[in-house]
Formats: sequence, structure tokens, C-alpha cells
Amino acid sequence: MDQNSLLFAILLGAPLVGFFINGLNFRSHNSKLSGSIATGAAIISFIAAALLVKELIHLPPEARQIKSSFFSWMAVGDFSVDAAFLVDAISAIMILVITGVGSLIHLFSVGYMAHDEKPAKYFAYLNLFLFNMLLLVLGDNLLVMFVGWEGVGLCSYLLIGFWYTDPAKAAAGMKAFITNRIGDAGFLIGIFILFLTFGTVTFTDLLSRLPSVAEVGWTGPITLASLALFIGATGKSAQMPLYVWLPDAMAGPTPVSALIHAATMVTAGVYMIVRLSGLFVLAPNAMLVVACVGAFTALFAATIGLTQWDIKKVLAYSTVSQLGYMFLAAGVGAFGAAMFHLMTHAFFKALMFLGSGSVIHAMHEEQDIRKMGGLRKQMPITHATFFVGWLAIIGFPMLSGFMSKDEILWKSYSSSAGHPLLWFVGVVAAACTSFYMTRLMALTFWGGSRVPKETHPHESPPTMTIPLIVLGILSLVGGWIGIPHVIGALIPGHPENYLEHWLAPALATVPMEEGSSILEFSLMGISVSLAAIAAWFAFDFYVVHPERPKAVAAWFGRFYEAVSNKYWVDEIYQARIIQPIVDGSKALWAYVDVGFVDRLTYFASDVVLGAGGMLRSMQNGRTQQYALYIALGLAITIYWVLVG
Amino acid sequence: MPSIESLNQIGLNHYLALSAIIFSFGMIGVLMRKNVIVMLMSIELMLNAVNLSFIAFSNFTANLNGQIMVFFVMTIAAAEAGVGLAIAVMIYKKFKEINIRYFEQLRG
Repeated sequence: MDQNSLLFAILLGAPLVGFFINGLNFRSHNSKLSGSIATGAAIISFIAAALLVKELIHLPPEARQIKSSFFSWMAVGDFSVDAAFLVDAISAIMILVITGVGSLIHLFSVGYMAHDEKPAKYFAYLNLFLFNMLLLVLGDNLLVMFVGWEGVGLCSYLLIGFWYTDPAKAAAGMKAFITNRIGDAGFLIGIFILFLTFGTVTFTDLLSRLPSVAEVGWTGPITLASLALFIGATGKSAQMPLYVWLPDAMAGPTPVSALIHAATMVTAGVYMIVRLSGLFVLAPNAMLVVACVGAFTALFAATIGLTQWDIKKVLAYSTVSQLGYMFLAAGVGAFGAAMFHLMTHAFFKALMFLGSGSVIHAMHEEQDIRKMGGLRKQMPITHATFFVGWLAIIGFPMLSGFMSKDEILWKSYSSSAGHPLLWFVGVVAAACTSFYMTRLMALTFWGGSRVPKETHPHESPPTMTIPLIVLGILSLVGGWIGIPHVIGALIPGHPENYLEHWLAPALATVPMEEGSSILEFSLMGISVSLAAIAAWFAFDFYVVHPERPKAVAAWFGRFYEAVSNKYWVDEIYQARIIQPIVDGSKALWAYVDVGFVDRLTYFASDVVLGAGGMLRSMQNGRTQQYALYIALGLAITIYWVLVG
Repeated sequence: MPSIESLNQIGLNHYLALSAIIFSFGMIGVLMRKNVIVMLMSIELMLNAVNLSFIAFSNFTANLNGQIMVFFVMTIAAAEAGVGLAIAVMIYKKFKEINIRYFEQLRG
């Protein structure tokens, strides 16, 4: 086994070993021990990932690919699939984010789960998740990716329903699982179409067999495959119309929300589209669908976020909205920008989720921001880091969120696959984001305290604040590897857009207009000033004039009601989709199953029983009767021999 | 007094017919009678009917194989009678009667 294979084995094996150690010892109550094992496994994995990426950097840009085949998974006729792994420019970013942010969240969990009853089980699941997520991003073919894809879904389900004695939380887990199942069906169909058309499931083979001209229309195999894969992505990455599971997924422990439902798993759909960028650019119609769904989800979820009162629900809708941005970027062909936003979002959203976890921990499991306020004084470190995350997500200039979001907005305007309307939707969503995030900050940390008297908030222990600080620093400076050209030109030393150079050889491109830098600056100015105005409004509403939001809400009337009830999407799904399916299933059960299938089987069993009853009377234990059978048999044989 | 010549007129078929008649009597006894002792006796009848046909064949074909076979049959008949009577004795000890229907109790 050469050195790279060994690194792959350590990278994937460490979390798996951690899972087995904690999983076999799942009754342990020792959160320090199990937490240390799990965190250690994550850190070992991170070191292996870093070494692997170092190897990758030393290769020339066009050949930045390290492959390692472990064993032949299946071989059927001409078709064979290896358990093979591939790290290239795209998955390098992913493995660093997964293991890096993952390690920090493991560390945070040690403090967060200190008082839990089954910490070993929790850490076992967390490590299993890391393993599956790495499988997803490292797979060198669609099938290995699919195994990881399903595996992270399973871990997500297990961790959302981790406190399964609460029926609501168990139901949230099932909702996530079933919604993901719908998407996974699309993903599988996409794989089938690709295999049928190109006869391979390996990424490199697939991309080399693609035709060179884009497909026109809606019914070509590439467009259909892209759309089917995108359905899978909407399930995993919580986009319209399958986003409904993510807000409910907040029932899980908060570090899980940070790791799975903000930083890593939900970005799997974006990663998959970026990985198959060569396929998607050949299906302009599918790209248009991706961009529109992304933009619409970004705005839709952001408006819901405006009215939520649960700290984690706000962040959940924010995550849906930010994922919408990534799909918008992927849809207009800015795959690099999508990866960039994926990375920065992993930093600041993990930071904010962990910060909210720190707050919830301090507030003794209280999540309603109406019962918070003024926590700035009691929790200075959490506040400071959350503040950085807030600046990053609303797009404060030069922070990570600004870099990636404005690159997306600029590309959605300037790309040949983009449209000013997409840009406009993105900017409005950015303003909404700025408003609800400021509202969250104001209600949680600023203003007067509304904390109940019996609660005494306190700053969290170091195992929880250290990850916050590290993620805070990353949110501050993480964007500097992708400074836009127009800004880089103004800074001394002219730093380039390193990320774009890094990713360029691995990505397909669509033609981009070389817009003037004045246009880019003015668009940037519009989005930043709109976000600033929205933030100022929110500050004014919730800190300076706390009585105003109610008046504004009353002014919006029905519209406010619709938004605060999440547009009744869950209710509509319940009434229009779930209930008909349940009714239909009941009808099938009552008429087809009971009336037809059961009758058929009962008839068959009656026949067998009747025949058995007749034959049973022959075997009654009466010796003389047996002797009679022998005699009859003899008589028949003699008759046959003599006469027949 | 019948002469030796009249004995010579008895052919193979006569012996076989006698054997078949005795065998049938034995079989009817096994099938009809309830008393185990009588049934055992009927089995002996059947076995000896078979022995008779063996001997007859042996005599009429000048071949000793049939007579050898008869010794085996007699040995087995003796063993079978021993086992059968032993079981019959046990049944009698338990039920104070020797009826074939009590043999239903022998199932394991």
C-alpha cells in the first residue's frame, strides 16, 4: 500500500474505528472518554486530510487528482465498480471542511453533551456520520457516492431523533428520512439514466464520454439525468419543494444541527452538482431550473426566517436560504462561487449554530428568543463570536460571507446563463437575511433582558468556546482566499482569487461576460447598502423601538400571518399529498389487501388444510389399519404384476 | 389306504394353493382379530405359508436355496414372536387386557 492509499485509509478509517469503539460501548455514561475518542478520531482524520491536500498541492494544476482503489466492489459482465476514492480540487475543499469543522463540532459536543444520558451513542453516530460524509465526497464513482449519500441520511435520521422518547423529535427524524427518501429516488433514477446512456458510473469516465455540444429541449438523456439528480439534491440540500424536513430537523442536539444540517450534509447536493458540472453545463434547461429553484428558495426561506421565534428555526431557514444561493450559483454556471459559498457558509453557519447551542445550554434548553435578550453581558465570548458570524452572513465588506455572496450575485448577473432578475431576487433575499439576522442578534444578545428570573445564564466551558473562537476567526478571514478581482486590484500586493485558480481545472465553465468593474462595484454597493438598511431597520425595530414590530406586523395583516405560518406549506403538504396517500393506502388495505389478497391466501390455506384433514385420518395410529394398507398395497401390486 | 402313486400326483400347484389359502387365513386373522396373541399366531401362519411355498419350490426344482431360506425365516419368526410377546406382556401388565388398540399408546 503506497503512501496515498494509507492516507485515504486513515482519513476514512479513523472515524469508522471511533464509531466501533463508541458503538460497542454504547451504554457508557462517560461523556469525557467517549467524547475524547470521537474527537481524537476526527482530528486524526483532519490531519490525514491535510496531508492528502498537501500532496495534491505539489502536483501540477492539470493533474491534481489522487486516486486510490481499495478493492473491486462488484463485477457483472463488462460492468465493474471499484471501492475507489478520488481527491481532486473540489473534494479537497470538502474533506478539509468536513474534518476541520467536524473536529471543532466534536470538541464542542464534549461540553454540550456533558450531562446527557447516552453520550457514547451520540459520539458513535457523529463519527459514523463523518465516515459516510467522507465516503460521499471521496467516492470516485456515483455508486460509492450513493452509499455515502444514504449513510449520511441514516445518521441524520438517528441524530435528529436522538432524544427519541419525545414523540415530536422522533417524528421529526422520520420526516427527514422520508423526505430524503423521495429525493434519493430521484438521485437513483439519475444514476440509472446516466448508466443507460454512457455505460459508466465513474466520474472521470463519465465526463470524458460526454458529448461536446449542449442538449436542447427537455427530454434528452442529459437533461433528464440532470433534473433527476437535482431532485436528489433538493431532498438532501433542503430546496423547494423538499425543504420542509430541515426546520424540523432542529429537534436534534444543536451540534448536530451545526455539523449535519448547516455545514456538511446539506451541502452534499451542491457538491454533487459541482462534481458533475461537466454534465450540467450540457443541459441549459436543467441549469435554468436549478438557478430558479435556488433563487426562489433563497427568497422564500429568508422571508419565513423574518418571523420565527425559535433561535434554531431562524438559523434553519437561514440555512435553507443560503443553500438556495449555492444552487443559484451552480445554476448560472458559477460552480466555483457555489463551492466558495459552501465553504464560508460552513464556517459562519456552524459558528452561529454552535453559538446558539451555547445560548441554549446557558438558558437551560430554552430556545424562544422572546425569553432572551441582553445576553451580551453574561456571555461575552459567545456574543463576540456570534457577532462575527452575524457580520459574515449579512455580507459586511471583506468578511467571508461578503466575498462569496457577492461573487454569486455578480455571477448571477453577468453569466450568460444568468439574468438580472435572478440577481434581483438574490439581493432581496440578502436584505431579508440581513434583517432577520440582526433581529436574532438584537433579541438574543442586545437590548433589555427578558430572561425569566429562575434562569441564570452563564458563559459556556472552554471546550465549547474554543471551537467558537476558531470558527469566528475562520469566518473573518476564510473569505480571503477568494477575493474578487475588482477588490484585489485595489489592495496593495494585488492578491488573486486563489480559490478560483485552485478550482478552475476541475470545473466546467459557461461563458461569462467580462462586465466592467464599475458595474460590479455598483451592484456590490447596492446589495451592501440594502443589507445595511435592512440591518438598521431591524436594529431600530427590536432595540430602539421594541413596540414597533407589532404595529408593522398588523400593517401587513394577512401577509404577516401567511409568512409566520411558513406559508402553510406543511399544512398544504399534509392536506394535498400526505392525506390522500394515507387515504389511498387505507383504501388499498381495506379493498385490495383484505378483500382480494387475503381471500386468495385464505382459500389456498383452506384447500391445504382440507386435504391435510382427509389424509390425517389415514394416520390414526391403529396398527391393524396400517396392516390393511399393506395388504391392499400387496393386492394391488399382485393385480398389476399378474393382470396389468 | 392311498398308495404312494397318489401322493405323486400332488404337484407344485397344489402346494402353492395350500400356501396361498393358509396365507390368506393368516392375513385375515391379522386384520380382523383384536387379541394380540391370536394376531401373533396369525402372523406365524402367514410365515409358515411362505415357508411351505419355499419348500415346495425347493423340492420341485431340486435346488436347496429355498430350504436354506426357510431356516432364516424360522429364526426371524422366533425372534419376532419373542419381541411381540414381550410387548404383549407389558401391555397386559398396564391395561389388564391384550387388545390391539392399546398398541396405539406406543407412539413416541
